[in-house]
Amino acid sequence: MRSLRPYVTGAIALAVAAVMFVMPFVFVALQAVKSKSEASRLDFELPEHWLFWDNLVAVFKARDYQLVLAYFNSTLITVVSVTILILLSAMVGYVMQRRKTAWNRVALIALFAGLMMPPAVVPTIGLLQHIGLFKTMTGMILIQVAYNLSFSVLLYRSFIATIPRDLDEAALIDGAKPRQIFFRVVLPLLKPVTVTNIVVQSIAIFNDFTNPLYYLPGKENVTVQLTLYNFQSMYSSQYNLLFMNILLVTIPPLIVFIFFNRQIVAGMTSGGVKG
Amino acid sequence: MTETRPRSRNSPYPLWFFIPAAIIYGVLFLLPTVSSLWFSLTRWDLTTAEFIGLENFQQFFSEPFLVKGLVNTLIYAVTTSGLKTVFGLLLAVLLTSNIFARGFLRTLVFFPVLVSTIGIGITFAVMMHPTKGIINVALETIGIPGPGWLTNPTLALFSVALVDVWKGVGLATLIFIAGLAAISPDYYEAARIDGATRLQQFFRITLPLVRPATVIVVTLSLIGGLRSFDLIWAMTRGGPGFSSDVIASVIYKQYQAGFYGLSTAGNVILFALIAVIILPFTLWFNRREVEE
Repeated sequence: MRSLRPYVTGAIALAVAAVMFVMPFVFVALQAVKSKSEASRLDFELPEHWLFWDNLVAVFKARDYQLVLAYFNSTLITVVSVTILILLSAMVGYVMQRRKTAWNRVALIALFAGLMMPPAVVPTIGLLQHIGLFKTMTGMILIQVAYNLSFSVLLYRSFIATIPRDLDEAALIDGAKPRQIFFRVVLPLLKPVTVTNIVVQSIAIFNDFTNPLYYLPGKENVTVQLTLYNFQSMYSSQYNLLFMNILLVTIPPLIVFIFFNRQIVAGMTSGGVKG
Repeated sequence: MTETRPRSRNSPYPLWFFIPAAIIYGVLFLLPTVSSLWFSLTRWDLTTAEFIGLENFQQFFSEPFLVKGLVNTLIYAVTTSGLKTVFGLLLAVLLTSNIFARGFLRTLVFFPVLVSTIGIGITFAVMMHPTKGIINVALETIGIPGPGWLTNPTLALFSVALVDVWKGVGLATLIFIAGLAAISPDYYEAARIDGATRLQQFFRITLPLVRPATVIVVTLSLIGGLRSFDLIWAMTRGGPGFSSDVIASVIYKQYQAGFYGLSTAGNVILFALIAVIILPFTLWFNRREVEE
């Protein structure tokens, strides 16, 4: 009797989880392959005709291939800002952990402020306009770097503590310049936390809605999350296309999740512990 | 801290490594944050700012719908944070116990954390449709008349909060799982020998020892709840009326309407709210930590 217990609780938990956590995704997938009139009933019936391909093409074609442009923009913002973020935050985390100066306290306070405080949006817009970066990809990328820096630095800082200083000193004795010690010796050793950082930050930046809404208005600058938001009002009578769009937006994080599940979990917990 | 390092000029850890990050962070985050204190005191059209003292704040606190946004923010943050903490801990206890399909269940609970908030908001808004939505259709089949989740003004904010909990509970669970893993099994062993029931074990061992994780979960979800915007915007746009408006949506609406000074005042109020709630909480926790 006792040995059955894990299975019974497990089965109950699975059933509840299936209703709570799987059903909404099944619902999305189901509406995405239906015809317009079938989808408008918003029910759980299987479609009479599976229109996966037709709906996919229709969503991509909508508004002059806006979704294609959006995927391009979102990918560009994500890749470039994550690259800059990794490099800069590893540098800051490294010096912060290794060299104790009065600046560390200042940096730490600034970092915690960055984790907690919401950005002051309108002054930021004013500033971006002033320096000519409002509604530009460059501006959006720099904003993503600035806003996600804190989390990234704290993640690196705690990881660098686990790398022995002896390594730095050995490289120094071998005649390496400070820059070389970092780029040739330390940075390669940071690979596990770098992977965590890349995964967590890419998902956060790809899924970001609020910042593009404020800092990147305009048709030519549209991002994936903004298309979804725009399609919400446009497709209020075409739920099949709306849900096809949701499905498409969910796929990139799903792929990342399948490949990097372990790293995401490690990163979320260690980041949480520091935050 | 006091070990002798090479003198600063020769340190192998160059301070200029701080500079690129400091410039980007300083210019794009700190500068606007500090200047918002000034702009919140002005009538402002992005080019000229006219000093008007505390008028924006006066207006903010005299408009009932703006005050409503403030109250809603607090309700939303406390509700989501409380539920995420309770459910997160219970799920973590369940998912660290010896049950079937444990790994798969952990994955399942965590996945919504990574999915587009806007996508989830739209999906749930559709599922919460008063007559056609599957939630109410399901309730009807078992004889319960479902409410207008997002159309009933007293319910809308809580409906969104529930979806927020659904989406975010996976992260809380994850942090609690990490916290539970750090508790030595010896405690439970000793308690079992002394004849403690499972419930006693939970309240006397698990709950006190998992406190660091609890503080992290509460802090993170409070901050998240106070700043919350995208889910609310995707599901209700602050409606019906202003019934689910929060400060972040008020900031956006005032910005859209061209009231830049008022919008910035909203931002300053949000800063103050976060500081007032989070700082004492962290200080109180650190003091308790030291006492023990």
